[in-house]
Amino acid sequence: MTAALIGKSVSRVDGRLKVTGAATYAAEFEVPNLAHAAVVRSIVANGRIASIDTAEAERAPGVIAVVTHRSAPRLAYQPHKGLPDAAVGERLHVLQDDRVTHQGQPIALVVAETPEQAVYAAEVVRVTYRNEAAATDVESVDPVLPTGKPAEWETRRGEPDSAFEQAEFRVDQTYVIPRENHNPIEMFATIASWQGGSLTLWDKTQWVHNVAEEIAAVFGIAAENVRVISPFVGGAFGSALRCWPHVTLAALGARVAGRPVKLVLSRREMYYGVGYRPHTVQRAALGASRDGQLQAIRHEGHQETSTYEEFTEALLSATRFLHSCPNVHTRHRIAPMNVHTPTYMRAPGEASGIYALESAMDELAVALSMDPVELRLRNEPDKDEFKDLPFSSRSTRECYRAAAERFGWAQRNAAPRSMRDGRSLIGWGMASATYPMNYAPASAMARLLPDGTAEVMSAASDMGPGTWTSMTQVAADTLGLPIERVKFTLGDTRLPRAPIHGGSMTMASVGSAVQAACRKVREDALARASANNIEEAMKRLGQAIEATADVAPGDETKRFSMHAFGAVFVEVAVDPDLGETRVRRIVGAYGAGRVVNPKIARSQCIGGMIGGIGMALMEHSVVNPRNGRVTNANLAEYAVPVHADAPPVMDVIFVDEHDPHVNPLGVKGLGEIALVGVAPAIANAIFHATGKRVRELPITPDKLL
Amino acid sequence: MHPFVLERPRDLSAVLALGAQAGRNDAPVEYIAGGTDMVQLLQENVRRPDRLVSLAGVLDDGIEIGPQGLRLGAAATMAEVAAHQAVIEQFPLISQALLNSASPQVRNQATMGGNLLQRTRCPYFRDVGYEACNKRVPGSGCAALDGENRWHAVLGTSDDCIAVHPSDLAVALVALDASVELRGAGGDRSVPLSDLHRLPRDTPHLETVLEPGEVITAITVPANAAGLRSHYLKVRDRASFEFAVVSAAVAIETDGGRIRQARVALGGVGTKPWRLSNVETALAGANFEPAVLRQAAALAADGTRGRGHNGFKIELMQRAIVRAVEIAGARA
Repeated sequence: MTAALIGKSVSRVDGRLKVTGAATYAAEFEVPNLAHAAVVRSIVANGRIASIDTAEAERAPGVIAVVTHRSAPRLAYQPHKGLPDAAVGERLHVLQDDRVTHQGQPIALVVAETPEQAVYAAEVVRVTYRNEAAATDVESVDPVLPTGKPAEWETRRGEPDSAFEQAEFRVDQTYVIPRENHNPIEMFATIASWQGGSLTLWDKTQWVHNVAEEIAAVFGIAAENVRVISPFVGGAFGSALRCWPHVTLAALGARVAGRPVKLVLSRREMYYGVGYRPHTVQRAALGASRDGQLQAIRHEGHQETSTYEEFTEALLSATRFLHSCPNVHTRHRIAPMNVHTPTYMRAPGEASGIYALESAMDELAVALSMDPVELRLRNEPDKDEFKDLPFSSRSTRECYRAAAERFGWAQRNAAPRSMRDGRSLIGWGMASATYPMNYAPASAMARLLPDGTAEVMSAASDMGPGTWTSMTQVAADTLGLPIERVKFTLGDTRLPRAPIHGGSMTMASVGSAVQAACRKVREDALARASANNIEEAMKRLGQAIEATADVAPGDETKRFSMHAFGAVFVEVAVDPDLGETRVRRIVGAYGAGRVVNPKIARSQCIGGMIGGIGMALMEHSVVNPRNGRVTNANLAEYAVPVHADAPPVMDVIFVDEHDPHVNPLGVKGLGEIALVGVAPAIANAIFHATGKRVRELPITPDKLL
Repeated sequence: MHPFVLERPRDLSAVLALGAQAGRNDAPVEYIAGGTDMVQLLQENVRRPDRLVSLAGVLDDGIEIGPQGLRLGAAATMAEVAAHQAVIEQFPLISQALLNSASPQVRNQATMGGNLLQRTRCPYFRDVGYEACNKRVPGSGCAALDGENRWHAVLGTSDDCIAVHPSDLAVALVALDASVELRGAGGDRSVPLSDLHRLPRDTPHLETVLEPGEVITAITVPANAAGLRSHYLKVRDRASFEFAVVSAAVAIETDGGRIRQARVALGGVGTKPWRLSNVETALAGANFEPAVLRQAAALAADGTRGRGHNGFKIELMQRAIVRAVEIAGARA
């Protein structure tokens, strides 16, 4: 028997491929007779194309085709809503009319022999516009309720207004998070190749099946006729959940040119061609009694969206259950603007909403002169008070205890500006974190071979969290084979269907499917061969056998409220004269169910912490309110954390948690919760260090002078 | 990217014959050395020269220290100069400024001459999606004046341009009275670094005093700048690999607990590397009392003009000067 592999710190099975450059990313596939595309994008935010002169571009060296709304084939654009698409509205149609609704909108496509020739020709396409007044200043757009199911946008329990008015201690503040872009290191890229009526796409995506279905709907063909291949993704953070217009453009270019076409977005185009975390404005009002019991929570927020889609995220969800409170009001609105549609970015909604909620909780703790951990413990609920359901498991108390102990929280002097190290003001802050447990239908196939090896597969994705490795572990563990005898494959629509690689659901869903398929094939092999170990069974059988399994959630969501919970503790040093903040320590404790690979899970949590540092201290897509252009659309002026910003101490604690209700593997997911709570913990620590409460992220030096 | 011919002359005289001109966007012939900035500008269609003159292999890359002072060949890389033992010992301000610039990869590639001639990070200059930029298209206007301008200058600005000169190296060098040696068709000349860059005034597209065909061959730093107590302080939003929000280069000579003479220059705030003689005069003879330093640093605000988002720099730069002087004074 082999040792149990689930729960072991196995190194990445694809690590060598990645560090040696042998892993093949979307733009790197070698396709014969390849042509290259470049996109002409609008430089106005609203209006119509008055003229578009392609003569010079058509004469430019190497140009095969220049496609505009006048010359583009009419595309079917059949109805299709994938899970990552906005529930209300219609996706952007490319090159179908003269309408411009946002900066950077694709308005022409050039196909040429080389990428340089395509880019040059795109630059000499002459466009004039009929400008119309554009809504590009998020501060001057009046928010409105989304038009979807109303109950989700406004919720109320108890009497929040009167309870707030009567509360002895009150906090009522507004918190702002600017637009942020995902900025994965790998640029978006698509290679499109038609074979008659069938299409093959090599694409950067977090969901191959959705790309196939979306592009099939756009072109009016059957989804079975679209194959999507995406074995490696160089970071995404949610940006590759949706199928964006450039995928359509690549396929359109390939159709017009009659050749395979590659389209790679530039870094600047990444700020226009794919979505972003929307700018949010939130007002959080908390009322409490003298002993720290929450009496009322009123939390409302609005976020930017486009004129053509109502993008919404779970901004206020956690407010309804994270802390116990009898009187709660939430209201979520949107601000439609002349921008392209935002999208999900790591911990969408929760990261933003909990920044406001947990900042307000810290302000309340200060008002009460109460330790912020104690305030949370006094409002620890014994059920989900919004859904009126028990939690399947909830380890918040243990997270607070374990993280506080590791951090040394008991040594904290509560007074702001009371702790110093040389010139630096030291601040300690904390926040709670939560993210829903998501589990979706998934399928996997396992095949045992006579030589005692196994092939296991599912059309999942790995944007970095380690799907390749964790699935190999689950398969080998279940089959009872050494890990090097198991080959897992993902990222191809020809494989059994997996759910979207987002919402922290891959381990729960695909992992459970892999486990089920492996269990099935193993039992089958042992039974058929009348053997009691798998190697012996395969020797006896002498031929491959395989099994496919489908898993799906049952009625557990009706019986339980299921979430991962955590606590984040942070130490910052602030230069009181220069306003620079550096994070010195982060300790995060998480109750996230079973942890399949502690090494990779820790890596994922560290990544989330660093992402949270970016959110708190530097990330900001600076949108020019006058015209909607992203002013810092490059990685020099859009600051993301560098190594020197990562604190020397990033401590990750997984508290012991066994949850039999969530899914067969008992995992809750880690990808998103790792980011949640970091930004408010840092903001709270900065308050503790300086006595200044900054309510607009990022907290750059100018805000602390 | 505009198509261009890459010229690869074999020697300096062949370079000069090609008549390239650095630092103006209407020049049809430009230089490329390390290319760390130029390639970005070409790719983004900001620069559209017809010919690009490679300086690879034709310029001096030596680093020499002698009785006259320091001489840096224009082709020496940022990494080489930053790691040079004599530079570290006698002109640590230069090494510090370099190590606070860019990333190790960029420093391995970028040259001294190219660093001084790198173009502004002004996002309106670098994004051809903006039609208004007087530096890129003379007479087209300035989108920064009433746009997002947290990155922009508060010193040396005009109503036509508020773009910051981005170099850290130039700030350290201008504090040390460095000069640049130029060679052109008309012969050699030496220009104080403080005169190399022009103020934008109403001609922001003319960035330097270089004539067509002229090339920077070396940077010289006088010997009297050696051995000063110095500090290069850089304030930024993240810990590394970012252009300055505000930087201060300070070099002082002390006499007991007093400052005998001081050199002070600022980065991140000026349309060119900005030397502050008024602050220097006020610091001469001063002690290190915070109030005294603060009073001297306050003179840096003379002539500043904030444009909205960048107003905080006026206060921050004074604090940066005070801190840099304190740190320099505390050095052995």
